[in-house]
Amino acid sequence: MRDILTLICMITGSLFMLFAAVGVIRMPDLYTRMHAATKVGTVGVTGVMAAVALHFGDLGIVSRAILISLFFLITAPVAAHMIGRSAFFAKTPLWKKTVVNEWPDSPPDDTSSSSSASSSSS
Amino acid sequence: MTGFIQDVAHVMMAVLFLAMLLALYRVIKGPSLPDRVIAIDLLTTVAVGIIALYSIETGYKVFLSAGIALALLAFLGTVALALYIRRGGPP
Repeated sequence: MRDILTLICMITGSLFMLFAAVGVIRMPDLYTRMHAATKVGTVGVTGVMAAVALHFGDLGIVSRAILISLFFLITAPVAAHMIGRSAFFAKTPLWKKTVVNEWPDSPPDDTSSSSSASSSSS
Repeated sequence: MTGFIQDVAHVMMAVLFLAMLLALYRVIKGPSLPDRVIAIDLLTTVAVGIIALYSIETGYKVFLSAGIALALLAFLGTVALALYIRRGGPP
């Protein structure tokens, strides 16, 4: 039973990471590519780590797998947010079918690390 | 049944190598610098998955610590490159 669960988690996680790579290839825009890479990649790593935890069943291994999963769950949105924000301020072109753009012509040109004008609009 | 899991882990490592090749295509092709940063982030994520599957296949539990270190390095590198893009990027 545990072996079947291990196989299911392993195959699901690996296929999710493959779909993340396909999404990075196929998506038309930087922001949609970031969408694919961050969320689907995190789900893939979490599935593979669940497979590792189920396969070994050791206390140290289970805690390490939970640690890696939690680390990805915490840091992947932060990294994606920082890259998306930096790319938007660096005027990376959006997809031409993008529906909403809050700053269409001129985003506020701040090169400082964090300003009040950019954080208040989100 | 124990040998079958190792075989499936081997096949899934091949699938993840295919994913790494696709991400590497985006690293080489990518039109702008943030595209490449995203693809490198995905590349290290897939590398952590490969390390986990390799520890399943060989039975060595020590490789998961390398996975922890690689995840931390991926986050630090992504944040550093994001700050680099934010400060103006390549001249």
